[in-house]
Amino acid sequence: MAARIHGGAGAGAATALSTFNPKKLVAPSRTNLPAITRSKRYIVASGSDASNKSLRVRHSQKLIANAAVAVCLLSLILHELLLFEALQEGLEEEMDRDPHVCVMGEDVGHYGGSYKVTKGLADKFGDLRVLDTPICENAFTGMGIGAAMTGLRPVIEGMNMGFLLLAFNQISNNCGMLHYTSGGQFTIPVVIRGPGGVGRQLGAEHSQRLESYFQSIPGIQMVACSTPYNAKGLMKAAIRSENPVILFEHVLLYNLKEKIPDEEYICNLEEAEMVRPGEHITILTYSRMRYHVMQAAKTLVNKGYDPEVIDIRSLKPFDLYTIGNSVKKTHRVLIVEECMRTGGIGASLTAAINENFHDYLDAPVMCLSSQDVPTPYAGTLEEWTVVQPAQIVTAVEQLCQ
Amino acid sequence: MALSRLSSRSTTLLHPLATTSLLRRRHISTDTTPLTVETSLPFTSHLISPPSRSVSTSSQELLSFFHDMALMRRMEIAADSLYKAKLIRGFCHLYDGQEAVAIGMEAAITKKDAIITSYRDHCTFLGRGGGLYEAFSELMGRKTGCSNGKGGSMHFYKKDASFYGGHGIVGAQAPLGCGLAFAQKYLKDEAVTFTLYGDGAANQGQLFEALNIAALWDLPAVLVCENNHYGMGTAEWRSAKSPAYFKRGDYVPGLKVDGMDALAVKQACKFAKEHALKNGPIILEMDTYRYHGHSMSDPGSTYRTRDEISGVRQVRDPIDRVRKLIISHDIATEKELKDMEKEVRKEVDEAVAQAKESPIPEPSELFTNIYVKGFGSESFGADRKELRATLP
Repeated sequence: MAARIHGGAGAGAATALSTFNPKKLVAPSRTNLPAITRSKRYIVASGSDASNKSLRVRHSQKLIANAAVAVCLLSLILHELLLFEALQEGLEEEMDRDPHVCVMGEDVGHYGGSYKVTKGLADKFGDLRVLDTPICENAFTGMGIGAAMTGLRPVIEGMNMGFLLLAFNQISNNCGMLHYTSGGQFTIPVVIRGPGGVGRQLGAEHSQRLESYFQSIPGIQMVACSTPYNAKGLMKAAIRSENPVILFEHVLLYNLKEKIPDEEYICNLEEAEMVRPGEHITILTYSRMRYHVMQAAKTLVNKGYDPEVIDIRSLKPFDLYTIGNSVKKTHRVLIVEECMRTGGIGASLTAAINENFHDYLDAPVMCLSSQDVPTPYAGTLEEWTVVQPAQIVTAVEQLCQ
Repeated sequence: MALSRLSSRSTTLLHPLATTSLLRRRHISTDTTPLTVETSLPFTSHLISPPSRSVSTSSQELLSFFHDMALMRRMEIAADSLYKAKLIRGFCHLYDGQEAVAIGMEAAITKKDAIITSYRDHCTFLGRGGGLYEAFSELMGRKTGCSNGKGGSMHFYKKDASFYGGHGIVGAQAPLGCGLAFAQKYLKDEAVTFTLYGDGAANQGQLFEALNIAALWDLPAVLVCENNHYGMGTAEWRSAKSPAYFKRGDYVPGLKVDGMDALAVKQACKFAKEHALKNGPIILEMDTYRYHGHSMSDPGSTYRTRDEISGVRQVRDPIDRVRKLIISHDIATEKELKDMEKEVRKEVDEAVAQAKESPIPEPSELFTNIYVKGFGSESFGADRKELRATLP
C-alpha cells in the first residue's frame, strides 16, 4: 500500500498553494479517480449554467478559475488509503488545525476505535482531547452537546449508530433545538458519527439505519459518506460547520481503497455527487447502495441503458438542485436505499421529488428500500432484506419501458 | 431609592416625620462590614466534613437578598395572574418558595461559573442578571423576549451570564451540565458548573451516568438537587427508595442544606465551588419547598394539604427569614422593607405593562435560527421555507 503523507501536501505543493485560500476550496462534484468506478471522467466544474446557481460553490468557480489548473496538477499527487484511514486523516487534520476539536466515544482512545477511525489520536493529542467514555450514550452525547454550547467542537462517536437511539432525547431536543429555542444564543457545532447499516450477519440490533429516525429532527444536518474521498471531505466539512451534523458511515465500507489527493480539500455538506452521468434514468442512492447500483449499472450498460447515478450524500437537506437537474434531463427516477420502506429517506425523497418536479416526470418515482423487517441473522435472509443489484436492474427495465 | 421618595414626600408633612426620615436613612445601610450569622440548621454531609454554620455576610448583602427575593416572588405571582388571564400559555412552572436557592447561589459565585437548570427557570434567569422585561416578554411569546419568543417559559437562556437554561425534559440537563464542566476543564477556565435538577429528576439514569463521568474525570461540576419533596404529583417517599439525595452519589461527597435559608445556601455553594475546583464533583441537596403546584395546571393541593403549604409559609418562608434577620440586626425597619416590597411590585407591574405592549414575532422568524450558516457553503435547503429548487 502506498505510504500516506500527512498534513499539507509537501513543500512543492505548499508553495503553489500560497495564494490559494484553502477555505474556499470547496470541492465541486467530481467522479472518483479510478479505483472504484469504471468511469474515468473527472469533472472539475459544471461549466456553463453557472448563472442561476444558488450554491456558492458554483459562484466560486470564477474565483478558483485561475487555480483550477493548479488543482488539476496538484490532484495528481495522490496517496492511496482505506476509508477508515481517510476518516482518520480528516479528523487528525481538523484536530491539528483547531484545538477546540475533541473526540468522545467508547473505546476511541487507548483502544484506537472499534473501527480504527481514531487510531493513534489518543497518543498524539492526549486523553483530554480523545476521551474514552464509559458506556452511557445518553450522558456522553449530552456532554458533547453541553461542551459545544460553550464553544468546543466535539466529535461524538457512537460505536454503532444503533446505540445512539439511547441518546435520541439529547440529539433531538438539545442538539437540534437549542439554537432555535435560545433565540440564536447557542450554537451546537457537534459532529455525531458512527457506523450503521446492515453488515455481515450482525443481527437485528446492530444493523439499524437511523437516518430514517433522525431525519425529521429540525436543526440538524445529515450526511452519508460512501468513498474515502468524500469520507474525508465530509468529515472535515462537518467539523467546520456551525450546525450539528450527523455523519453516517457504513460498517461494510470501512475497507474500501481509493487514491485521494494530498492537498487539503473539503466536500460541500449539502451537495450530491454525480457518480455516473447518463441519459435514460436517474438513480438516486447513498452509502453502501451506491456500490450495488454501480454493479447493476454495469449490467444495465451491457443491456443498452444509460443510467445516471447520483450519490445524494446529503440526507438532510436534500440537494434538490442536482437532483432536479437530473430529473429534468432523464424524466425517470429510481431511488435505491438501505432504509426501511416505511418512513425512510427514500419515502421523503419520493415526496420531495413528486412535489417539486412532478411536471418533469414521465413515470412514477420508484423506490427500492430494505424490507420492513428486523434484520435476520441468517445470511440468505439478510441478503433478501437488502436491495440487490438484480432487483435494481429489473426495476430500471420496468421504469424504462 | 424608596427612601429618597419617602423623604421628599415627608417634607410636606409634619415635622416629626422629617426627623424620623433622617433616622430611616441611617438604617437602610449599604454597609459592607462583615456580619456573621448562624444558619438555621447544621449541614448534614456525606463523605466530607461540612462547612461551618457561621456565614459571613453584610447588611448590604442581606438587603440585596431581600430585594431580589421579593422581586422574584413578585414576578412569579405576576406570572400566575398573567397565566390565568391567558396571556401566558402552555406550561408555566413557578419558583416561589424556592427563591433562596437562586439567590444564595448567586451570592457565592461569579458570572463565569455556569448554571444550568430545568424548566423552573424564571428566577434563576433573573438571578443571573436577566431583566424582568425580557422574562415577561418571553413568557408572553413576544419578540423582545430573551429567546426571541421562540423558547417560552421553559427555555430561558442568557449566554453572556453563563446561564445555560431552561430545559423541558426532566434530567436531560444533567449530561449537558457535565459537558459544560468538561469544557471548563478543557479550556482551563477555573470556573465551575452548577447543574440543578429536582427530586423527580434524581431518579433519572442519565444523572448517574453523568455523575460517573464527572467523578471519573474530576470535572468541576456541582450537582444541586432542589428537593421540594414533590415530583409533580408524586411525593418523595413514593418515588424514591432512598430520599437522601445527597448520599445517592455514593462515591461522590454530598451536603444537605436548608434550602429556605439563603445564607446556608450561600455557604454551601461557596464550599462546593472550592471543592469542585480541586477535587471534582459534589452533590448539594437543597431542602426547599414550592408553594404553587408543579405548574399552573396543577392546583397543588390534591397531593398535599393546604395546611402543609401554609405551615411551611409561616415557619420557613425564605423572605420572612431574611426580613427577620434584617430587622433584628437593625439594618432597616419593618416599614422600610414594606416600602421596598411596594417598589418591587411597582417595578414588576411596569415590566408587565411594557411587555404586554411589545410586538409578537414576525412570520419570517419561524425559519430563523434553525441552522447557523456554515463555513462558506450556502446551505441550499437548510433554511428554506419550502422544498423548492429553481432550475435554469
